[in-house]
Amino acid sequence: MSESTVTDSHCHTEHPEKPHPVQPVTTDMTELIIDGAGCASCVGKIEGALNAVAGVKHAEMNFAQRTVSVSGTASHDDLIRAVEGAGYNAKVSSAESDADEMDEKEQADLAYYKKLMRETWIALALGAPLMVYALVTGEMSVNTTTERIVWLIIGILTLGVLLVSGRHFFVGAWKSFLNHSANMDTLIALGTGTAWLYSMVVVFFPEAVPAQARHVYFEATAIIIGLIDLGLALEIKARGRTSEAIKRLIGLQAKTARVIRDDQEMDLPIEHVLLDDLVRARPGEKIPVDGEVTEGHTAIDESMLTGEPMPVEKAKGDEVVAGTLNKTGSIVFRATRVGKDTALAQIINMVKRAQNSKPPIGRLADVISAYFVPVVMIIAVVSALAWLNFGPTPAIAFAIVSATTVLIIACPCALGLATPMSVMVGVGKAAEAGVLIRNGEALQTASKITAMILDKTGTITLGAPKVTDIFVAPGFSEQNVLQLAASVEAGSEHPLALAIMESAKEENVELLKTSTFNAITARGVEATVNDQTILFGNEKLMHERSIALVIGDEDFVEKAQGLASEAKTPMYFAIDGQLAGIIAVADPIKEDSISAIQRLQKNGIRVVMLTGDNRDTAKAVAEKAGITEFMAEVLPEDKAKKVQELQMAGEVVGMTGDGINDAPALALANVGFAIGTGTDVAIESADITLMRGSLHGLADAIAVSKATLRNIKQNLFGAFIYNVAGVPVAAGILYPVLGILMNPVIAGAAMAFSSLTVVSNANRLRLFKAQEH
Amino acid sequence: MLIVNIAGVILIALIIWWFWLYKPKAEQLGDDDLVVVVENGVYTPSHILMKLNDAHAITFLRKDASPCAETLMIPQLEISETLPLNKPTKIQIPPLNSGEYAFHCQMQMYKGTIKVEGGAS
Repeated sequence: MSESTVTDSHCHTEHPEKPHPVQPVTTDMTELIIDGAGCASCVGKIEGALNAVAGVKHAEMNFAQRTVSVSGTASHDDLIRAVEGAGYNAKVSSAESDADEMDEKEQADLAYYKKLMRETWIALALGAPLMVYALVTGEMSVNTTTERIVWLIIGILTLGVLLVSGRHFFVGAWKSFLNHSANMDTLIALGTGTAWLYSMVVVFFPEAVPAQARHVYFEATAIIIGLIDLGLALEIKARGRTSEAIKRLIGLQAKTARVIRDDQEMDLPIEHVLLDDLVRARPGEKIPVDGEVTEGHTAIDESMLTGEPMPVEKAKGDEVVAGTLNKTGSIVFRATRVGKDTALAQIINMVKRAQNSKPPIGRLADVISAYFVPVVMIIAVVSALAWLNFGPTPAIAFAIVSATTVLIIACPCALGLATPMSVMVGVGKAAEAGVLIRNGEALQTASKITAMILDKTGTITLGAPKVTDIFVAPGFSEQNVLQLAASVEAGSEHPLALAIMESAKEENVELLKTSTFNAITARGVEATVNDQTILFGNEKLMHERSIALVIGDEDFVEKAQGLASEAKTPMYFAIDGQLAGIIAVADPIKEDSISAIQRLQKNGIRVVMLTGDNRDTAKAVAEKAGITEFMAEVLPEDKAKKVQELQMAGEVVGMTGDGINDAPALALANVGFAIGTGTDVAIESADITLMRGSLHGLADAIAVSKATLRNIKQNLFGAFIYNVAGVPVAAGILYPVLGILMNPVIAGAAMAFSSLTVVSNANRLRLFKAQEH
Repeated sequence: MLIVNIAGVILIALIIWWFWLYKPKAEQLGDDDLVVVVENGVYTPSHILMKLNDAHAITFLRKDASPCAETLMIPQLEISETLPLNKPTKIQIPPLNSGEYAFHCQMQMYKGTIKVEGGAS
């Protein structure tokens, strides 16, 4: 929605602190959009007309915005009538949803399509019979008085076609001319205008041109206008298909929400849902806004946003996301994000912006487009002069035909459309696979990635470690070690600490009070619990504190190495200077990480794993995941260094992380991939966000970007070749050798369908299957 | 024939001057928002003058049903906005350094420039 059309009509009537009404209240403020107000003096007229309406308290116009805010109780119809009575048009502005906007756009496109088709039929109704006549008889010349009269009538009819079906080209060309710019309209208006004017000169002053050149081109004029209108109409239809992905996303938005206020449930439009409202979602209903479950439990299908096919269990305290589908149970949740703040609205916004952005590959086409039309006009003049100077008789006819054909065949649109249409489809296709691409540049760079750095925890692994083994030294019990370990780690957010806490909870272990706590970087922690000094950490920490790791004939280092070789992370635990045991935690590799890594490697991408974990565990995880290159015991800042190191070695580096700890490395990488937790898309440091946890998202993102870039290259190549080959042929370059001069009608058909071809080729991307696993 | 050739050369010179060399007068941004109407293949006004380091909003009103008019891009500012038909859309322009900032549709058929010059206001 355009920023300026948002009204505050909903905001001031429903204050969160006041008791909520059962039904949505009506507003006493209306915003009208005014059409036809061209000068500042209109303001007084419109305000006066509205202030005179019964029930209006105050009307104030914002001339810049062409909007009027009207307070009072007058009906919308009365207000609109008053504005119309003052000589302007008005309509009520409303806080529209993306779906409303999309509907309006589709209706506007449909109306424009129908208008173009009407104009096409009108032009072809005259042009086609003339064309057939010309082909059958070959008689399009003016030699007798009768012929002059007949052609004059046809000339006037053709003028009608130019005015009705071709008006928009001529108006656009004139406005552009006054603006010192030139566009496709300029070329078509000049081409068809030249053909018609020349024909009329032949009709009115046949003696002014040589006998052999007394040829009229009314059929070409009408047919060209008809064909180009047809091409534009078909292009609109094809363009509509390029935005299917965004339509699908918008279609996920629910229109109403069942809100509970004052113990009463009511269906309200989603725009009326306020923050902290309680909302009920029954089985089979879409979640209307983002929220946190307060009651009930259910399974929710989030596949439409994340691409993850399995429904996700939700209970009290869990987040639910707008646009997802409640499958099994009835839940009540508290609205935490509404309107444009919901994850879905942000995703839609991000996809829209990315679809409108251009990758660097399109820059050359942009530079060419900027000079294209005037250059074609110059070529047309040069071509006409060449024919007049060196062409055979009748030189004037050849000059007119070549200049017209050059103007008509040149197609700046195909060049201009080549990149954006493919980006539109490619970004949408990626979004369907749960991959959010920030902009065109990220899309292009992702296609060139040669090395991919993967963070281990949460990227390759589930990021939810579990305690797998506890080995205790003589004189200590598992229960005791777990209790002290959990007490030390209580309050820590570290994934390993959470695993120990979870295990203590499962064993119903009571936590003890920790009196001192000291985190030792890259080593572990030191704490005091019940007057006992606890050391909990890696082998380095134990060596530094001279803790014996071999007790009797039990070698705990050997045990730790054995655990690490199974991809588990062992941590030593010492009480009052004596080793009490080892706790091993394992973070299982995600089910599909191995196949996703294989996909990346098959595409020739060098996969590197980084982890802060110890070398043995890292090695075991890397081996399991099929990764040969890894770095263990890496600090967050070292990740950025590794990115740089690979870049120095000539690699185009992708970095995948959780977007928080890895922010510097993500920012430094050529493409930063953030793995979203569920549907959290607020990851600003990433170029590409994967909405699901699977690494297949990476392979999908790279596959989509490669396919899109391939498509853009095809389009650009086609558009360049079309113009580079078409314009000289139209100018008559083949005539001296082969005796061929292109017919302007053929040029018109080629031009009309060149941009349609580009859009259709971009649409082929819709068939691309991102997931090949 | 000489006259025709001279006329042709003059025509080429006029094309170069009119479309490339001529610098049209830019519309100065005042205190109120400027409304740029998108219609008939052009932005009106298409040349906008802004003061150095002065943030401003420009409202675009698209009246042209052609899908070409739908997208407004200001590449140097990384702005890319979809313009709904017959509805004003406000685009916030941040404070800019002196220079010319092109804005255009996706295909660069609709073109305009924001020229930033002068001292800070």
